[in-house]
Amino acid sequence: MQQAMIQFWEGLPLIVQINLKIMAILTPLMLAVAYTTFAERKIIGYMQVRVGPNRVGPRGWLQPIADALKLLTKEVVIPTNANRYLFLIAPVLAIAPALAAWAVVPFDDGMVLADINAGLLFLLALTSMGVYGIIIAGWASNSRYALLGSMRSAAQIISYEIAMGFALVGVIMAAGSLNVGEIVMAQQGSVYHWFLLPLFPLFLVYFISGVAETNRAPFDVAEGESEIVAGFHVEYSGMAFAVFFLAEYANMILISALTALLFLGGWLSPFEGILPESAFAIPVLGWLLDSGIHWFLIKTAFFLFLFLWFRATFPRYRYDHIMRLGWKVLIPVTIVWLFVAGVAVAIGVGPWFA
Amino acid sequence: MTFEAFLFYFFSVVLVGSAVAVITVRNPVHAALFLVLAFVATAAHWIMLEAEFLGILLVLVYVGAVMVLFLFVVMMLDINMSRIREGFMKLLPVGIVVAVGMMVVMAMVVGAQVFQVEPPVPASADYSNTEALGQLLYTEYVYPFEIAAVILLVAIIAAIVLTLRKRPDTRYLDPAKQIQIRREDRVRMVKMESEKK
Repeated sequence: MQQAMIQFWEGLPLIVQINLKIMAILTPLMLAVAYTTFAERKIIGYMQVRVGPNRVGPRGWLQPIADALKLLTKEVVIPTNANRYLFLIAPVLAIAPALAAWAVVPFDDGMVLADINAGLLFLLALTSMGVYGIIIAGWASNSRYALLGSMRSAAQIISYEIAMGFALVGVIMAAGSLNVGEIVMAQQGSVYHWFLLPLFPLFLVYFISGVAETNRAPFDVAEGESEIVAGFHVEYSGMAFAVFFLAEYANMILISALTALLFLGGWLSPFEGILPESAFAIPVLGWLLDSGIHWFLIKTAFFLFLFLWFRATFPRYRYDHIMRLGWKVLIPVTIVWLFVAGVAVAIGVGPWFA
Repeated sequence: MTFEAFLFYFFSVVLVGSAVAVITVRNPVHAALFLVLAFVATAAHWIMLEAEFLGILLVLVYVGAVMVLFLFVVMMLDINMSRIREGFMKLLPVGIVVAVGMMVVMAMVVGAQVFQVEPPVPASADYSNTEALGQLLYTEYVYPFEIAAVILLVAIIAAIVLTLRKRPDTRYLDPAKQIQIRREDRVRMVKMESEKK
């Protein structure tokens, strides 16, 4: 049976194989995005001593599907004098990089769509392209509010990209590779081998920049309900708006996954090297304790939860404070820590830089 | 036609088309966006030449940062196209002379022997463009590389100094001072007996 299935898979044309793999990544991702919106409303609800959505389906579980249906049936209003093509292409430009970046994300050892050498650079390049969706949306809407909102969020995204890139340089120095899979394998050993410990300041900078990059609270001045109407997507409605929404959540999941991969050893188990080998031989429990895709998902889910937690607890930053944090706090921190990492590499501080 | 040839021609058409569009479209924002498209198509060409580091860097630096700032400026400026086109007929003869001159120079260069190269041979599977570039930059070209870095640093500092000015009439709050405020500086707890009626 297994043999027949492998034979059937290999008999498929290459293009069909690749497309099936892409579907296997994107379908769970889209479901995860839909249910992240649900989780957000539920979690923030409980944090604010409310119940959250509980009407549609059992305990509100069908809420995201109802939302999607509602948005799909709504009209996409195109403002007068808006640039029609750019107006409609902007949401696509926002979501495409967020989805394409998953091509180089490894879920388990070897479980990756494109195992390319310069994987981390590819990720950086794609995340930097997401800003076009925002700028074009703001400009093509032919609305002052949208333009102002897009300027704010685009300036913020570019500023935090620098800190993010510098934080990644530290990871590259420690791992000695640009390939995401090899970066994870460089953290093999035990919990102490993870880059979280030697690169802790860079980890903080990376995650804070990630929150700012995705325009999430407390850095969500692009939305800023109390200051500007809604930012760059104020003129969008129906599915065009929903695509922006999806892009934001897809980016959140991507940043969480990358933090897990680069600093917390991705699919590696935290019990590795601590429990004796015999523990991993126990039938079901051993599989759970051993490294695998479930650890990657747990770590990603944890960081995703942090995004929601931040939104429920932190007050919004003022715009000049955001810029100050990015340029005057995070970038100097990364530069100092890159120097420290450089010294550590030079003298070979084990087990990370040896 | 192989798949690679198809990709090559596809991206070439996109590149040439968008490059022409950059100088022919009327709207400056559209022109900037076409330039972005041209950069992306060029990056695709470089990646097909197995120079993936350069290709991705082109997207990262030019598409992700430089052109975004370009777009900012172009969007914020209120460019009056009719005033720019005013001297068009007057400058046309000069423009034609310059264009023809450039065409001749280009034809001489592209037609020369230097550019009649063999198609590149595919590198072996373990070849890493990033590693090869790093080896070259940090060994053979380490001094030019560092000098270039210092020049860029000087440029950064110069740009910051040029734009750094304090306007006395703005009511500016220093965020660094603001976040150092503590509760004790601002709030005074007063304990009072409630008044008797």
